[in-house]
Amino acid sequence: MSQAGLTAEQVAFQRHAREWLEANPAPPAEVKLPLSPLEVMTRPQMDYFKAWQRSCYDAGLVGADIPKEYGGHGHSGCQAIANRELSRAGAPFLVNTVGLSMMVPTVLAHGTEGQKRRFIPGALSGEEIWCQGFSEPGAGSDMANQQTMAERRGDDWIVNGHKVWTSFGHFAQWMILLARTSREHKHDGLTFFLCPIEGHPGVTVKPLVKMTGESGFNEVFFEDVVIPDSLRLDEVGKGWTVAMTTLTFERGAAEGAGGGISSHHPIERLIRLARDSRRNGRCAADDPVSRDAIVQQAIVLEGLRQSARRSRVPALTSHPMRLPLQQKVIASEFEQACSRLGVDIAGVRSTLYKHDVAAPDDGHWPLAYMNSYGFTISGGSNEIQRNILGERVLGLPKSK
Amino acid sequence: MSKGPPKDFGFGPDEEMLRDLGRKLLDERLPVEALRQLVADDPDAVYERGERPGWNAALWREIVELGWTGLAVPEEAGGVGFKRVGIAALVEEVGRHALPSPFVATLAATYVLSEAEAETARAWLARISDGTTATLAITDSRGSWEASDGEVTAREDGDALRLDGAAFFVQDGFKADVLVTAARKGEGRILCVVPRDSPGLALERDRIHDLTRDQATARFEGVRVARENFVSGDAVRAVERAWPSILVTVAADLVGCAEWQLQTTVQYAKDRKQFDRPIGFFQAVKHPLVNAMIAIDRARSLVYHAACCIDTDDPEALQAARMAKSAASDAGAFISDRSVQLHGGIGFTWESDVHIFFKRSMHNQALYGDGVHQRSKLAEAMIGPIGVGDPSSSGAGRTGRLPSGVA
Repeated sequence: MSQAGLTAEQVAFQRHAREWLEANPAPPAEVKLPLSPLEVMTRPQMDYFKAWQRSCYDAGLVGADIPKEYGGHGHSGCQAIANRELSRAGAPFLVNTVGLSMMVPTVLAHGTEGQKRRFIPGALSGEEIWCQGFSEPGAGSDMANQQTMAERRGDDWIVNGHKVWTSFGHFAQWMILLARTSREHKHDGLTFFLCPIEGHPGVTVKPLVKMTGESGFNEVFFEDVVIPDSLRLDEVGKGWTVAMTTLTFERGAAEGAGGGISSHHPIERLIRLARDSRRNGRCAADDPVSRDAIVQQAIVLEGLRQSARRSRVPALTSHPMRLPLQQKVIASEFEQACSRLGVDIAGVRSTLYKHDVAAPDDGHWPLAYMNSYGFTISGGSNEIQRNILGERVLGLPKSK
Repeated sequence: MSKGPPKDFGFGPDEEMLRDLGRKLLDERLPVEALRQLVADDPDAVYERGERPGWNAALWREIVELGWTGLAVPEEAGGVGFKRVGIAALVEEVGRHALPSPFVATLAATYVLSEAEAETARAWLARISDGTTATLAITDSRGSWEASDGEVTAREDGDALRLDGAAFFVQDGFKADVLVTAARKGEGRILCVVPRDSPGLALERDRIHDLTRDQATARFEGVRVARENFVSGDAVRAVERAWPSILVTVAADLVGCAEWQLQTTVQYAKDRKQFDRPIGFFQAVKHPLVNAMIAIDRARSLVYHAACCIDTDDPEALQAARMAKSAASDAGAFISDRSVQLHGGIGFTWESDVHIFFKRSMHNQALYGDGVHQRSKLAEAMIGPIGVGDPSSSGAGRTGRLPSGVA
């Protein structure tokens, strides 16, 4: 069923996307695939997703709205259709998420012509994987407290410091890097760089193990790393402004696949789990408390969808940022509550790790629950998001 | 190419204009100071002396002249047949101003009459369109929301029907010209319209908390209902088909009410200073207000979605409306709680306005079923009735579980 009000270009694009996805379903994987980009752990998994992104790119489903001179397909208003069709087809996710949803829009907004031509095509095709270097041990919610230093030496910058929570760090060729170029000013002392990672002298990537025992993100150490000035994005001292552009896109990406809701049809999965579980001597699907809890999550999910719809109807929104700024908080907390509910319904069977054959849904629920903290903490913790909502939307005084 | 649900919920310029006109009228005619004077002048009046809560009959006449009562009446019955999304937006404004009026009750009665099949229903709808006010008399003494409950009975009495028994929790009964009444007749339930001045009909005022409406018990003692006031032979069907619209209406009132509570409490958090700062600086105040906003927006989005489902004859409309009512009841309960707590001592007094909205919200939360009620109904639709068990899992089904020899 298609939406009313599409342009001729969009209609043709939608038909093409749908036909291509029908004719070219993702090939079967020889390895077990993770549910979200953040859980990609092994090289074979990465290679599988890179190959899929490449086919989608060649078919025009990635970079649809990016100008042709930067490796895109030059449409307008078609990427959202591509995303919808990909999701509708149950296709694997596009793995270069930092490149696509953070680097590309940031470089488009702040990059030189040369930077756009050099970096955007490789990110679209998935040839060059990107990671993000914003967080540091001492700069989490207080992101401007960056201690990684970049010092000018002739036409180069010399970088020393330590980044953490770097997803894709062990697969990435490039990093969007926020570093301090002046100790004088907190926010205005920051500069944004595009930093080579893989095989670059002085860069060390060490895996960080998550609470689940899975790897997937990293810490990155910089020891006298040399970056040419041509890899600086926008002006010296403008790093904070540039990073805000990046985060706007990151938080916007939370709507849909980017920010959680990693499992397809989570409510149906919960109901199936309840039908297969016992509580108080009867089927958990007959237990009124479990039923109520499942329906509560269904209402949150439907509310999330309908708020995304309403956010595009100006007559039904009182403040332009009121709904968009809520999406990350709601999506990540839905993911958390939903997977936690799965843990509760699975009962003692939730104790089983994914490698135990008796674990319900291959051990999905407890792992998804623990992984959900990645979503509620990263991308601006939900506590920070609530400050932003309270201050920018409700106009309450700034907490800091 | 088939057409999907409208991206904008079908909320167009006409709907926006009506909503904005409604907001302007109520902003002018019923600012909170006027509301306070109208309904909360003297705490003893309503609660101790049992007087009827105040309302502005002149403002209501203006509203009737503006045609609000005809909005929901279908075109073929002489009304405007306005979209539910437009009416929901208007009701949101009504809730935001806590307007005491028979508007919501009349809408509920209109929706049920619109589902009544007899030609006589149209005549009554036309009268509502012209300003006749109505309310539903379908609820039993225990407050059951099942359309098949209800304690009024009907039997043939010459060329008329004779009603006996009582209907409870009749909303704004004292402001209604007619009661749309369900009555058991033999095996079935019929629907009829009973003018409030009918001989044998007595309205007793319920003593209620909400200051912005009245509520009545309607006692029928040999009330004769003429043929032309008999509107349906299947009251259960008519009420059930009207549920989505009724639930969306009350949910919209709750959302509007909640938005007032949110904005008023936010303003207080900016103005009130403790420890040399506005209390809104503190995250213990800020974050709950953000949580309330999130809950309200969820409810509001679901209200427009459900209204749009009704407008587009979507078979999911009832489920969507139950989701909206559940979310709106819960959002209303949450912001009500925070609105009093964050106002501190003053919020606990009669002097503050927050209690007026607190009580209207609390009344609406219960009306036609609270969040738990709606979710219990939703679970039946989504998961299945309780007791079906789990036939899929081996030997663990309801019957398979019984040890042999036990039955």
